[in-house]
Amino acid sequence: MFGGIDIGSRTVKIVVMENGEVRDFQVRNSGYDPYAQASELASELIKAYKPKRLVATGYGRHAFEVDFAHSVITEIKAHSLGARYLCPNCRTVIDVGGQDSKGISLNEKGRVINFRMNDRCAAGTGRFLEIMAKTLGFSIEEFGKEALSAEESVKINSMCTVFAESEVISLISRRVPLLSIALGVHKAIADRISSLIGRLNLSPDVVFTGGVANNICVHRLLERKLKQKILVPRHPEIVGAMGAAIEAGTA
Amino acid sequence: MEDYHGMWAELGLDLERHDEFLEGLGPAYQEIYLNQEFRPKGMEYFDFTTSEIHGLRIKELLELKKKGHKIVGTFCVYVPEEIVMAARGVWVGVCGGSQFSIPDAERILPSNLCPLIKSAFGFMEAKTSPYYQVPDFFVGEATCDGKKKVWEIFGNYVPFYTMEIPNSKSYMGKRLWLDEVIKFKEKMERESGVSITPEELEEKIQLINRKRRTLARFFDLRKADPPPISGKDALLVSQIAYYDDPERFTTKVNVLCDELEEKVQKGMGVVKKGTPRIMISGCPFALPFWKLHHTVESSKAVVVCEESCVGTRYFTNPVDEGCPTLEDKFKAIADRYLKINCSCFTPNEERIEEIARYVRDFKVDGVILFTLQFCLTYSIECIKVQKALKRFNVPVLEIETDYGEQDVGQLQTRIEAFIEQIS
Ligand code: SF4
Ligand code: SF4
Repeated sequence: MFGGIDIGSRTVKIVVMENGEVRDFQVRNSGYDPYAQASELASELIKAYKPKRLVATGYGRHAFEVDFAHSVITEIKAHSLGARYLCPNCRTVIDVGGQDSKGISLNEKGRVINFRMNDRCAAGTGRFLEIMAKTLGFSIEEFGKEALSAEESVKINSMCTVFAESEVISLISRRVPLLSIALGVHKAIADRISSLIGRLNLSPDVVFTGGVANNICVHRLLERKLKQKILVPRHPEIVGAMGAAIEAGTA
Repeated sequence: MEDYHGMWAELGLDLERHDEFLEGLGPAYQEIYLNQEFRPKGMEYFDFTTSEIHGLRIKELLELKKKGHKIVGTFCVYVPEEIVMAARGVWVGVCGGSQFSIPDAERILPSNLCPLIKSAFGFMEAKTSPYYQVPDFFVGEATCDGKKKVWEIFGNYVPFYTMEIPNSKSYMGKRLWLDEVIKFKEKMERESGVSITPEELEEKIQLINRKRRTLARFFDLRKADPPPISGKDALLVSQIAYYDDPERFTTKVNVLCDELEEKVQKGMGVVKKGTPRIMISGCPFALPFWKLHHTVESSKAVVVCEESCVGTRYFTNPVDEGCPTLEDKFKAIADRYLKINCSCFTPNEERIEEIARYVRDFKVDGVILFTLQFCLTYSIECIKVQKALKRFNVPVLEIETDYGEQDVGQLQTRIEAFIEQIS
């Protein structure tokens, strides 16, 4: 039994694997103290499954290494391992999480050969979507589906989350239909992601992971923009934790 | 340590804020430098010099000044050191490398400007570093847009002289540069009231060449696997080169090299043999900018070379020695400096050749292309460099950052992932 934990800025994910199969997984909001959430989850898991090794990833990985994990890997390696496990022909990973977005190129053997990651700001990440959904009054679960049903979209010009929010508010007050704004927001994020990863070789299979991959509208817009079929696994948000568990099993 | 507050007060520093600045440096130095394992004994001198950089070194400079030497503050490796010295001047590099002074600069300068320029300006304007109080005058250069326009503003506060640097190394460019070198010589002579003799100039050419050869020897030792010194320590030596007395500095670096040579012979290093070897290439690392090296070396890798003005560009190519006439000597100086491959030149193919050579010589596993935020010339040049390195199959990571701490988590992830990729 091997465990992987992904301590992200928005959620903590944990996965237990046995003989190459996922035995159990959990996702929890990071809240104010991701580390406390992660410790709690890890303690429960260790008690229940007694994993031989536990590997941590995500931005909280180093703090966690001291107390629980046997080793740490970066999100880049974790998502690559996870995506490759779910889809053995994967050569490109697009991972969009709470505060990061990344594009990763793999060689035939699945080794990382190049990657791109967003700089310090939250544009083009899950956080951006979350704030926009809230401003527009959609639930995050329905946001993508609703936006996809829009007939028209307006262009959102600001890249910055804070400015985009005020732009959206002024569009609302100008009585632009909410669905058009919602689609505009999704287009903005898809543009941002595709320009981030544009310099990579986007060889197929392309796998989309991270919480934002649950959003059908971002998924479809990216396919259209990149002119590629993009695969989204079930539970894309746990792919990083899965990768960590796989690493735990091989190290 | 001696109390220098009297000296600083006389220099007109904002004592309270200056103290605040120095207090911030102590713990950072402890964490980044003193906690390293297997440090060479020869680094003690550089630790000492760093700790006294606002103290003893300033005192020395003030004494030299009293004896009639002109203290010249510079911002670029294009300003000829041997000419300053031949006219009884002291050359000090005063680029800014700290976040501390940036808010002061941003009250006046646009914030979307390279941190190196902002930091220097902030220290000068808010009087928080003695290095902007001691010099008799400053020499800027017309290189990047940011610098050449900020020098105009700088000149409103302190005596300032600007050298024109050509945009290309063409025939006309070379003529312009030689002209500028001669004009600078005349400026130095006017300032110090001495005329430069061939003997004096030859002596200084040889002195600075000795410093360059010693630094080249030092860098050569880093080619060993495992390297006998950390990239952070090597960086500090390169940084101190801008502040220290050249004669003493050369002696101390040679002492350090002797020790490192012995280590290399015994196969001893600061990391295990086979540790991923990183070269950082791009913008300068002004003191105390250690963030990038520290992040790399906290991620199970070692920095073995800096293709940077605080690094190889500072010491490659000595000036031809023994040229018969004064005129020939100035020509030799101009020629040497124009071989520095800075991204402000167009085209700049030689830099790419140089990088490729270092990748081979230093057995580099991966290159980090480092750009300071808002540095257009280096950031655009990344496209070409990256393409060239791809041909040689060398993995590349582009990093754009500034002096702040807010991106440390992000940097760490990217650098660790890069090291996972190349290990
Ligand atoms: S990078 Fe260019 S402008 Fe800056 S110090 Fe070096 S040579 Fe001068
Ligand atoms: S780092 Fe770039 S922008 Fe900054 S001073 Fe040097 S050349 Fe100019």
